[in-house]
Amino acid sequence: MKVLLRLGIFARKYWGLLALAFLCLLASTAFSLIVPRMLGRGIDVVLSSGDRSFLVVAAAVVIGAAVLRGLTGYGNTYLAQLVSQKTSYDLRNALFERLQRLSFAYHDKVQTGQLMSRATVDVEAVRIFFGMGLLGIPQTVILFIVIATILVMMDWKLALLSLLFMPAIAWRAIKVSQRLVPIWLKVQQLMGALGTTLQESLTGVRVVKAFANEQGESRKFSTDARVLYDTDIDATRQMAVNMPMMLFLLSLPVSLILWYGGRQVITQQLTLGDLTQFILYLGMLASPVRRLGFLVMNLSRTVSAGQRILEILDTETQVKEKPGAVEFGKVKGQVTFDNVSFGYDVMSPTLKNVTFDVQPGKLVALLGGSGSGKSTIANLIPRFYDVSAGRIMVDGVDVRDVTLNSLRRNVGIVQQDIFLFSATIRENIAYGALNASMEDIIAASKAAHLHDFIAGLPEGYDTWVGERGVTLSGGEKQRLAIARTLLVNPRILILDDSMSSVDAQTERLIREALAKLIKGRTTFIITHRLPIIRNADLILMLKNGEIVEKGKHNELMAKRGLYHQIYQTQLAASEGKELAEE
Amino acid sequence: MSMWHGGWAGAHRGGPPPTSRGQHGALDAEYDGDILGAPYDARVIRRLPKYLAPVKGWLALGTFGILLRSAASLLVPFLVAITTDRFILTRDFSGLNIMVIAFIGANLFMWLGQYLESLFLAYAGESILFRLRTEMFDHLHRQPLSFFDHNKVGKLMSRVQNDISQVQELVTNDIISIITSALMLIAIAAFMIAMNPSLALITLVVVPALGIIMFIWQKYALRAFLRVREAIAQVNDQFQENISGVRVAQSMSRERVNIQQFEGVNQANLRANVGAARLQAMMMPTVEILTNVAFAIVLVVGGFQVLDGVAKPGVMLGFLLYIQRFFQPVQEMAGLYTELQRGMASGNRIFELLDIRPEITDSRDAIELPAVKGEVRFDGVSFAYEPGNEILHDINLKINPGETVAIIGRTGAGKSSLTGLIARFYEVEKGKITIDGYDIRSVSQQSLRRQIGVVPQEPFLFSGTIEENIRYGHPGSDHDDVVNAAKAVGAHEFIVHLEEGYDTSVGERGGSLSAGQRQLVCLARAMLASPPILILDEATSSVDTTTERIMQRSLRRLAKGRTCIIIAHRLSTVTSTDRIIALEHGRIVEMGTHRELLAKRGLYYEMFGALAAQDLQPGLAS
Repeated sequence: MKVLLRLGIFARKYWGLLALAFLCLLASTAFSLIVPRMLGRGIDVVLSSGDRSFLVVAAAVVIGAAVLRGLTGYGNTYLAQLVSQKTSYDLRNALFERLQRLSFAYHDKVQTGQLMSRATVDVEAVRIFFGMGLLGIPQTVILFIVIATILVMMDWKLALLSLLFMPAIAWRAIKVSQRLVPIWLKVQQLMGALGTTLQESLTGVRVVKAFANEQGESRKFSTDARVLYDTDIDATRQMAVNMPMMLFLLSLPVSLILWYGGRQVITQQLTLGDLTQFILYLGMLASPVRRLGFLVMNLSRTVSAGQRILEILDTETQVKEKPGAVEFGKVKGQVTFDNVSFGYDVMSPTLKNVTFDVQPGKLVALLGGSGSGKSTIANLIPRFYDVSAGRIMVDGVDVRDVTLNSLRRNVGIVQQDIFLFSATIRENIAYGALNASMEDIIAASKAAHLHDFIAGLPEGYDTWVGERGVTLSGGEKQRLAIARTLLVNPRILILDDSMSSVDAQTERLIREALAKLIKGRTTFIITHRLPIIRNADLILMLKNGEIVEKGKHNELMAKRGLYHQIYQTQLAASEGKELAEE
Repeated sequence: MSMWHGGWAGAHRGGPPPTSRGQHGALDAEYDGDILGAPYDARVIRRLPKYLAPVKGWLALGTFGILLRSAASLLVPFLVAITTDRFILTRDFSGLNIMVIAFIGANLFMWLGQYLESLFLAYAGESILFRLRTEMFDHLHRQPLSFFDHNKVGKLMSRVQNDISQVQELVTNDIISIITSALMLIAIAAFMIAMNPSLALITLVVVPALGIIMFIWQKYALRAFLRVREAIAQVNDQFQENISGVRVAQSMSRERVNIQQFEGVNQANLRANVGAARLQAMMMPTVEILTNVAFAIVLVVGGFQVLDGVAKPGVMLGFLLYIQRFFQPVQEMAGLYTELQRGMASGNRIFELLDIRPEITDSRDAIELPAVKGEVRFDGVSFAYEPGNEILHDINLKINPGETVAIIGRTGAGKSSLTGLIARFYEVEKGKITIDGYDIRSVSQQSLRRQIGVVPQEPFLFSGTIEENIRYGHPGSDHDDVVNAAKAVGAHEFIVHLEEGYDTSVGERGGSLSAGQRQLVCLARAMLASPPILILDEATSSVDTTTERIMQRSLRRLAKGRTCIIIAHRLSTVTSTDRIIALEHGRIVEMGTHRELLAKRGLYYEMFGALAAQDLQPGLAS
């Protein structure tokens, strides 16, 4: 209930529309009730008085009522849809905005697929509720009450006879839906699984073929398809038994009325017109009663879907701007870590008491095995996460005291996994600098040694990247990311393993591009390739979240510690000495 | 089925770019979800009997069910009319009883009919689905790799999923419904005319009107519906992309712009949906107004006829009830028109795909390749992905059993093509490739590939446990074999340190493992399969020094005792091989050992000599 109330708040803006929709609903229900009355009266007139003019009037009323009912019915359906669409629009916007702002810590934990299903399946469930359930449930109840009243007023015995069945039928409809919904959910889930099997088998077709395992894949797929088949058949059987039965149950009160009412007409306790009215009114109840099952199930799905949506909307980002945070201008680029610790879990921090100070324009290399905390340091500077203890300062100002935007404008980061958007190359390069002119873009890609490649594409800078466009190689992606960062022109630059060993040619290109990129900026570089960073101003050797060695290349070599050891092995490997050992 | 297209990135890497279409079995339409076909397409219809034959019993029962239901439902108004005129108005109690029983009987038949209909048509439909799906799956797996270079996974997925269910709908729903709806209309008209011809004709005037309105409505509704589909797909694409790229967005402070952009597509989606809602909301009122017009006609014309003694009151009642039944089939038929168009279009796409013959098939007298020693020979081999654009020219090469060779060359030199030919993933254009003297085209693909192990550059893992992945190429092996293979390639260490060890499940694309770890699992997989010939495309992604060293060692272990062909990117790998083959523009330009090639000062020196020298000098910020 609480969930429904909170979802209701989303629709609150549209209460005027909703109220109007409800009015339309009431009006159209009222108009639709006129028709059976007129038809019944008409029959009685035909049988008794023979008043022809009444027939004409009744016919006109029937058409008039239908037109009015049509208009109000249209208003009701349309307005309810409008509200439901607007609400789902708001929900999607809210979700999107929240997710854009939630910090890395949140995105590290949740999977894209899950979030997508919130934004699609769950939003849709809520939308259906606003479109049908919200008005549909009261409509069914009101319709039932009104028709029941009319019938009781006409002939209470007949009314009782026919209406007694209705609660039972409604209850049954709800029960059936309750039984069917889990099966349908299972069908959906199995369909998803089958899709995954298919997708994987097609994506990995090289492996499948390499191991000549087409038959194995085929077996797996047909097993999955068979399970889906069985479940589908199960659902079908349930439906096939229950849906027709429902219709039969609905025909029982009609049979009873036909029999009992028929006798009463014969004994002249009831007119034929009244009997007709009775049957027509009962017919009007059939579909709402059957729909009740669906509506009730929708209600419970809405609650669980709403819960999942609200869960996201209620998540506070861990990285919050202070009220009154100041704007950073262009910084000089001094970066200070003052006794910084960080960890999701207090017991096992990923970073422990890290302290260092970098003057503007210097080159810092971060070294260490995976899990040593290199990337953590990189991600803390633009405040993608907040420190657990200590503080990080840029130009002597705590990063938590400035606005996120102004901080991040000053810090450029080229991530290890380069993400490109499905857009043109130009849009990708200008991603962080929307106002960049074409000249700026070309200059940046020239500096990143990417221009020649782009110019060689048939559509140049307008070439589409991504699934529907060209696939870029690792080296091309890397240079694009460098161009993208260059264009933002940050004072502080972080390169997270941007030197992955692509082929030698490409590597040289990237290296040259990087050399241009880092000039005049405070640069942090994470890499495994030691020779690249030999002339760094500061090398931080990390292990288990702590700085174990700190200094310039020569100092560290002289120390004969971890750095020296790694340097030697790498040198040996690249000279091929190790080969001779075995 | 799939509401959003997620994560189906380009299926391949290192192969030829999928630029050309229309050849090598590339499917034509780029966006094919929504194209409509003709409502009747003989090419599709002709293919259907093959799928209908096995389920014809069910189809017959289901159709019988529909007829039963329709007949029973048509009988009801007739019964009401007779009850009224013959018994109620003549005060015949016993007749009334009989008629009520008949009424219940008719409803029982309706129950039965509907039961048969929904059960057996669904059985038939599900079987057809199952059959088409598995047939399509097997068919796709018979295609050579070049097929997958030209057809993206996303598109194939949509064929297997959406198009197949559309065809199933066509067969078990659309065609049958259109026939039964038509029959129903004719029968109702017949009953009405039999009861009262003049009243029937006047009342039926409403029907063509409704038909025409529905037909026009359908056209607009379809367009609106397509717009909605497109709009929501865009919303979902944007949503997904911006979640995946949220780190870039935040690091470049683009959140606000992204939110605005998303609001834009979201707004477009809202507009499309509201437009569709406007149309949708029109449907019911229209039907109801026309129904009531028909009621009014019966009331006036029928009423006057009764008063004039021409008609009986019961007939009037019967008419009212028939009118209620008239509109459903009309509505259904209007909707079915588009469904037919869609089904035919899907059918065309399915059969087009099923008709593609695999370019590489076993020759009729193909023999099983016996266990080989591993001598690989290229004899004047030329190769092109598409005619006229030769990638490899006149390659002559002999690789001895047990030899380890490195293939080097720049991007696009033809390295992957060369190795792809050995396992016959692609077919040579000219010349021949032999293994131990057997032309690879003279042996079955199965037996050939069983003896060739391929480790692709992008380590691909199937969802399942690590153990299942290692066992992939050798399903019969036990746990110890798996562990031994993992130990041999140095993967055991990291695997046992995982929380669930060998039972750790690796997600989509091996999500939870690092690139280096994934590569190691792939190596273990190849180790366990233990093929006499191993082809390895070295990963270019960077791994840390320790992992790199482990990989070097496992490579050497793997290479021992078998012919090993490595597409090498690392200096350390190249120097550990017996022979280096340098490719440029599809030709072998150099061949020899590390020292020999360095001395030549050619391509090899340019690529690796420079690298070796570079590594010893400061690289950045020079």
